[in-house]
Amino acid sequence: MAEIVLDKVTKRYPDGALAVSDVDIQIADGEFIILVGPSGCGKSTTLNMIAGLEDISAGELRIDGERVNERAPKDRDIAMVFQSYALYPHMSVRENMAFPLRLAKVDKATVTRKVEEAARILDLTQHLDRKPGNLSGGQRQRVAMGRAIVRNPKAFLMDEPLSNLDAKLRVQMRTSVSKLQKRLGTTTVYVTHDQTEAMTLGDRVVVMRGGHVQQIGSPQFLYEQPANLFVAGFIGSPSMNFLPATLENSELHTPLGAIPLTDRVRRLAEAANAPREVIIGLRPEHFEDATLLDDNEKSRGGTFNATVDVLESMGSDKFAYFTVEGETATSAELDELAADAGSADLTDGGAQIITRLSAASQATEGAETTIWFDADKLQMFDPSDGRNLTYTE
Amino acid sequence: MAAIGAKTRWALIDIVVVVYALVPVLWIVSLSFKTKETLTDGNFVPRSWTLQNYVDIFNTTVFLRALVNSIGIALIATAIAVVLGTMAAYAIARLDFPGKQALVGVSLLIAMFPQVSLVSPLFEMERGLGLFDTWPGLILPYITFALPLAIYTLSAFFREIPWELEKAAKMDGATPAQAFRRVIAPLAAPGVFTTAILVFIFCWNDFLFAISLTSTEASRTVPAALSFFTGSSQFEDPTGTISAAAVVITVPIILFVLFFQRRIVAGLTSGAVKG
Ligand SMILES: Nc1ncnc2c1ncn2[C@@H]1O[C@H](COP(=O)(O)OP(=O)(O)OP(=O)(O)O)[C@@H](O)[C@H]1O
Ligand SMILES: [Mg+2]
Repeated sequence: MAEIVLDKVTKRYPDGALAVSDVDIQIADGEFIILVGPSGCGKSTTLNMIAGLEDISAGELRIDGERVNERAPKDRDIAMVFQSYALYPHMSVRENMAFPLRLAKVDKATVTRKVEEAARILDLTQHLDRKPGNLSGGQRQRVAMGRAIVRNPKAFLMDEPLSNLDAKLRVQMRTSVSKLQKRLGTTTVYVTHDQTEAMTLGDRVVVMRGGHVQQIGSPQFLYEQPANLFVAGFIGSPSMNFLPATLENSELHTPLGAIPLTDRVRRLAEAANAPREVIIGLRPEHFEDATLLDDNEKSRGGTFNATVDVLESMGSDKFAYFTVEGETATSAELDELAADAGSADLTDGGAQIITRLSAASQATEGAETTIWFDADKLQMFDPSDGRNLTYTE
Repeated sequence: MAAIGAKTRWALIDIVVVVYALVPVLWIVSLSFKTKETLTDGNFVPRSWTLQNYVDIFNTTVFLRALVNSIGIALIATAIAVVLGTMAAYAIARLDFPGKQALVGVSLLIAMFPQVSLVSPLFEMERGLGLFDTWPGLILPYITFALPLAIYTLSAFFREIPWELEKAAKMDGATPAQAFRRVIAPLAAPGVFTTAILVFIFCWNDFLFAISLTSTEASRTVPAALSFFTGSSQFEDPTGTISAAAVVITVPIILFVLFFQRRIVAGLTSGAVKG
């Protein structure tokens, strides 16, 4: 059980690369915290600094109020689960799990008891005498978890522990990890770049970009109140739709047509001193097939007509993809997100809009459809620095 | 049909290779069991068997003394070369240090150097230093020429070890020494044994340095001693005894390989990481 505080922690590698800069995170006792961000943003580096596997270049790391920058990993009492599992191939599952206890000079009977208990929790009892090489991926992953939990460490660190599993197993293990953490109540720092894991597992999520923390908050808060374009685009799947817009006389001129500002949006935009040129963001679920709504509902937003490019029916709802004529929103953040998603060169002529319509929608591929959107849910961003102009605490 | 054809083809090739490799060896074994009278009869299987040749070589101090020299020199040179090679290979596989490329280059250079061209300078140097005809006089050049071999084999093995295991051990509470002893060393062991065997065979079989840098029983190893073998009298043909001695010095190598074969288990590291 421990509280972990990162106080202006910075990491500069010997080759000069600044991997993490001025990171401030306060992790409460028993909290499950997730580090997400695109590849190379410094998640692993941050985790390794907490573990003690990498030196901290500047700043302070405190565990339970004590500075631990200079402590060796073994003196920090933290367990880690590696992406590759890093099981000892020459030891049986039992020996693998007993290894931390044997190093801690725990007596034999206790070792046996603790290993067997962990094996029972993780459903590994019948595999205890096998070698890791003979186990399946999911079983290896559980052995790695077992090795971490046997000695009741102050905290768990996990670096993409599920990324080597296939999709189905990953969903299954995600639930078990979550249950296990709740049951043990151990402070956990979990690195992933899977944003579903980030949304479902954590008490709080830390979004990182280029070594900087972008925003820290509960998954729901990050989803509803992203602090900037980057977080808005990174959290959520399918991701938020972005369009360029011009703000004039309380009206937004967008490729979807003119949108009058609702009271809420106008107040926030004024308070934030919004510039003339902005980027607006709308989540896919804030669109609807206009034919399904009555006039009262429709009056809360705007409508536009467009041809459905692709329609994906999920059973519970339908994803409709449109291309909207006109310019696409551009900013450094959006370019980076597109590069990370590998979709940088997919936008040809016009902005793509992804909408989530209810299953009752009659929209068909290739046909023109009238789509309604909720103007009150609209978010507005400053293209120059990416800040969210409609952000409220 | 095609499969059977392929099988017979492979079987034929295998037989040719095995026969090609084994006939000279079996010929020597056969010679070593022949009596003096039938030695030159050209029969592959001796017509009259005898152990006299073996009795003879073990009755001369020349052979026993050479055997002691061979064993001692090869073991010491192997031990030193493997220890140094392990340290060098570990550094090459794990660390980025200035001059790493130079180190690798120089050891490659040594491996390629024609040893014959070094014999006369070494002869002069060792006489000047008083190393000529001593154990260190052979051990030193053996280490020099075995090191590149040791470094190459070992660094290939070390590169295969997932170093994340060392980090995992540290996280599990191990000191660096414990991490090395309990995790890295057991995984490196097969590589070290393989290298030790290769280096030992290299030292054991050497003839060039053994014949040039020794002059008496004090340090003459078996391959060199063999060439000085005479029969029990000046005028006797020593072929039988030489063959017996050759068989005797081959046996330790075979034992050595058989004994350590179990330890050279390929793929020992599988299952450490995702795989
Ligand atoms: N040993 C190192 N020496 C120099 N630079 C490094 C080293 N390790 C990482 N970096 C750099 O530090 C940055 C952050 O790396 P890090 O491994 O923390 O990224 P990450 O967020 O874990 O990415 P991923 O999702 O791909 O695992 C990267 O730009 C990387 O190139
Ligand atoms: Mg990483």
